[in-house]
Amino acid sequence: MVELIIFLPLLGAVLAGLLGRVISAQTCAIITCVCMTVAAGLSAIIFADVAIYNESQSVTILEWIHVGTFEADWKLRIDTLTAVMLVVVNSISMLVHIYSIGYMRHDPHRPRFFAYLSFFTFAMLVLVTADNFLQLFFGWEGVGLASYLLIGFWFKKPSANAAAIKAFIVNRVGDFGFMIGLAVIYFAVGSIHFDDVFAAAPVLAKGEFMFLGQTVPLLTTICLLLFMGAMGKSAQFLLHTWLPDAMEGPTPVSALIHAATMVTAGIFLVARCSPLFEYAPDALAVVTVVGSITAFFAATVALVQNDIKRVIAYSTCSQLGYMFVALGIGAYQIAIFHLFTHAFFKALLFLGAGSVIHAVEDEQDMRKMGGLREMIPFTWMLMLIGTLALTGFPLTAGYYSKDAIIEAAFAAHSAPHMFAFTLLLITALLTAFYSWRLMFMTFHGKTHLTNDQLSRVHESPPVMMIPLILLAIGALFAGFTFKDLFIGDGQAGFWRAAIFNAADNHILHDLHLVPPFIPYTASIMMVLGFLCAWLFYIRRPNIPKQIAEQQDVIYNFLLNKWYFDEIYDFIFVRPAKWLARLLWKKGDGFIIDGFGPDGIAAQVQRLTKHIVKLQSGYVYHYAFAMLAGIVGLTSWFMLTGGP
Amino acid sequence: MFDWPILSTIIFLPALGAIFILLIRGEEEVIMRNARAVALWTMLVTFILSLLMLFRFDSASTDFQFVERFNWLGGGIDYALGVDGISVLFVILVTSLMPLCILASWESVTQRVREYMVAFLILETLILGVFCALDIVLFYLFFESGLIPMFLIIGIWGGARRVYASFKFFLYTLLGSVFMLLAVLYMYWQAGTSFIPDLMAHDFTAPAQTWLWLAFFASFAVKLPMWPVHTWLPDAHVEAPTAGSVILAGVLLKMGGYGFLRFSLPMFPLASAMFADFVFVLSVIAIIYASLVAFAQEDMKKLIAYSSVAHMGFVTIGIFAFNQQGVQGAIFQMLSHGWVSAALFLCVGVVYDRLHTREISAYGGLASRMPVYATIFMLFTLANTGLPGTSGFVGEFLPIIGVFQVNTWVAVLAATGIILSACYALSLYRRVSFGTLDNEALRSVTDMNLREIAVLFLPIAATLIFGFWPMPILDLTAASVENLLSLYHNALLTR
Repeated sequence: MVELIIFLPLLGAVLAGLLGRVISAQTCAIITCVCMTVAAGLSAIIFADVAIYNESQSVTILEWIHVGTFEADWKLRIDTLTAVMLVVVNSISMLVHIYSIGYMRHDPHRPRFFAYLSFFTFAMLVLVTADNFLQLFFGWEGVGLASYLLIGFWFKKPSANAAAIKAFIVNRVGDFGFMIGLAVIYFAVGSIHFDDVFAAAPVLAKGEFMFLGQTVPLLTTICLLLFMGAMGKSAQFLLHTWLPDAMEGPTPVSALIHAATMVTAGIFLVARCSPLFEYAPDALAVVTVVGSITAFFAATVALVQNDIKRVIAYSTCSQLGYMFVALGIGAYQIAIFHLFTHAFFKALLFLGAGSVIHAVEDEQDMRKMGGLREMIPFTWMLMLIGTLALTGFPLTAGYYSKDAIIEAAFAAHSAPHMFAFTLLLITALLTAFYSWRLMFMTFHGKTHLTNDQLSRVHESPPVMMIPLILLAIGALFAGFTFKDLFIGDGQAGFWRAAIFNAADNHILHDLHLVPPFIPYTASIMMVLGFLCAWLFYIRRPNIPKQIAEQQDVIYNFLLNKWYFDEIYDFIFVRPAKWLARLLWKKGDGFIIDGFGPDGIAAQVQRLTKHIVKLQSGYVYHYAFAMLAGIVGLTSWFMLTGGP
Repeated sequence: MFDWPILSTIIFLPALGAIFILLIRGEEEVIMRNARAVALWTMLVTFILSLLMLFRFDSASTDFQFVERFNWLGGGIDYALGVDGISVLFVILVTSLMPLCILASWESVTQRVREYMVAFLILETLILGVFCALDIVLFYLFFESGLIPMFLIIGIWGGARRVYASFKFFLYTLLGSVFMLLAVLYMYWQAGTSFIPDLMAHDFTAPAQTWLWLAFFASFAVKLPMWPVHTWLPDAHVEAPTAGSVILAGVLLKMGGYGFLRFSLPMFPLASAMFADFVFVLSVIAIIYASLVAFAQEDMKKLIAYSSVAHMGFVTIGIFAFNQQGVQGAIFQMLSHGWVSAALFLCVGVVYDRLHTREISAYGGLASRMPVYATIFMLFTLANTGLPGTSGFVGEFLPIIGVFQVNTWVAVLAATGIILSACYALSLYRRVSFGTLDNEALRSVTDMNLREIAVLFLPIAATLIFGFWPMPILDLTAASVENLLSLYHNALLTR
């Protein structure tokens, strides 16, 4: 059954990809949707099996690489963590597949789209079911490939192509760290199977080794290198630049890959490696700090963006930061819980945004929208639910998971954690502000659409609305329903060996001991954010403009995303291009060829020219040469005494 | 085992085909048609025979198999052939790529077809001889004479600057050959034999090893090519016809890596250990330098040529890591690069036949007119970037984890290659396949025909199958590599 879950999406992808030109596009879409629906149904069964009947299992498929003592197989490992991810990935993927039937209706390349989407799901499933680091790396790069292909889906658009390459390369920077981490693991443990590596963690924690000429602690290095991979995939601060640009892809892709599933692979990786991270407190501190900076940074940028999808993209980036903070605290369960709830409400927001974009005919600039509530009330309602969940409105999904992270950060009581707590609290306010700003600019206030456009605004077809409704149900109830299982009293029996907490890690228990004003503060922040947004965009719509004019330095700093793209262009892209030309023209052309073959050839030519001069044709020249030769020879014989 | 000399048959069947082609008489048209057919069928039969040989090959044994040995020149210089786990797959690589060359030239080569086919058949004989020879004089003969047909292929059927390219190619390889010849003579003189297994068992003194190692290195480094003796490769590729590039990248470069494994490691272990760091430095420079230069290229073939230089860096790193992962990875990388780079050059050939330019800027938007081509080209681009699930990944990953156990600096610097390869390979792909069709000439361009797809079928299958399941190749090489390494490490210990 596990094999079916993994390979049905692949089957769908292959069928849609190969038969796309033979059978109709609609048939392709339906084939992939059916495959996904079956896979989603089966993963629900697996989830029940694992969660209720405690049946962890592993299935070997094929040998992969066996060289000397290095062994990696294609093997599926199903425990609670995997089961949760299977449910998230497959159910969101199924809904996005169905939604895409409507959203991509007019695209001539639909078979290709569905093939990519299903292939992505396959790669993601391989990632979450991996039994060893190498298979995880396969899924890791596989989802990167799918993301690249889908961002660049509209390959005629130069901006889409640029974004696709950027995503792939920035991810590769992270993967570079992952790959070195893998090498260190094999070097230190002699195996890359999870069970072997995790069993060795306490020993590794005491180990040191020579790395790049320095003696470094073994386990911390491994964890930090793996985290570098996670930073790339989960768009954390410094390696985040690809995620906003990834919005060039079709909106369903943004919902599935760049919000609900792929970008959470980094969270999954750290949670999966909890037995390692638990013994590497320094690495955990780094995770906390990076996570909190990302959460804050992305939220500040989201405040001023005008593209509806970009706001949600930065919001994703920010929420991933929250999850990393939870991981850094050692509250892996809460991180996965937030991953779980976030998948629902963020997919809802993205697909809802897609519905808005669909309604206003591919316009994404919020400044050109406004007042859409009356015309598309259902979409408004659904987006409202998503917004409430994202901002952590009581009883919605986000309320349980996000507030738990803030409380846990407070409960952890250490310098990096207090730093994180402060930033996360501020971020909660910012989150509420940018979320409501999005709602107000899109749905409320005066409309900025022309009458012509207004007449064509329409609600999306049922095939798009039904997935949205299902996601909305998840966004409302997923937190309340699963709270006890994921992070409450039932958590130990639910997660079992899938997540490891060190003996002195009581964070899930301490969580309940935080003073009551902490959760209230989080809620107050949310309300404050809402009020600010309301004041700025409903009550006094001219305030934002005034602030932007008065504080134009800060405004431009945020609008230009802290100038990261410009800085990277200056530090990496331009010097690399310059160096490439220099090495080519000067290194290869001037030095190597100049002193190598071309130089030798030139020398030989010069020499022959001189030799040619000797052959002047005058008899007395030759006679003189002969005479000189005879003189030379005789003197040599006389001086050396002859042969 | 066979009761007839299978290796000699495989090696000389193509030469026989060449003679047959020379005997064809008739109209120009008839000669052309028959020459093509004869070449193709000869190579296909050779391929089938080599597969037959592979099935009978015992991968558990570390000995040379299918050995043939006859007195040849006297004085202990024999005609000796045999294959082990290290060389047997290169034989298959050669016999499998050769028919593709003929198919790829089916329509694009119309001048002097008879001579062209003869050149390729002779080339196949000589390259196969290199990988099968068990006598160092015989090896040298095959190794050097292989240059001649290649030289002619570039010089006669090449592009505009073919004379410059073949001259450069010749000058570089000449440099290596001279030193290698001296080394071969010295070894024969010292050991009193030219039989390779005997030479492996012979203990050369430490100073002799140093000089001999350097002499062989000069030749192999040029062939591979290593930085800084690589500049002949881009020019040779650019001027060579498509099939010439396929053989050059797919097979000829591997003779250098094979040479290190067959001669440098087992015969000069002390020197190999001493020069390992030197090789590491050159390899790391090759990976980073060539990847960067590839990024700046404006000519498709040059770009792929520079990427070859970078990929060969992984080969030398793996070999000189002296451990199982490194060496088996290096062999795997050579084989994988064999079909991936061959396929990339074939892909370039497909569009070159349509537009007659290799300028990257002349293309763009091909994906809209040529979807099949775009898909296949994408697959090999990804294999070139070492994506897991393609054979390119196994070949880059294994040397990296192999060398990490020896030298972390080398591993980390080499691993930057995975970032850089993504930069140049994807930007090439983007400029060729994505975007809008701006060039007028591209608007009427047709997708790949059945012949062109058939040519690429084998590389596609190999890239994917051995990406997901490299075990058949790893199993074949395991025993011989293990033996090679244990001999090497013993030699170091006993000194």
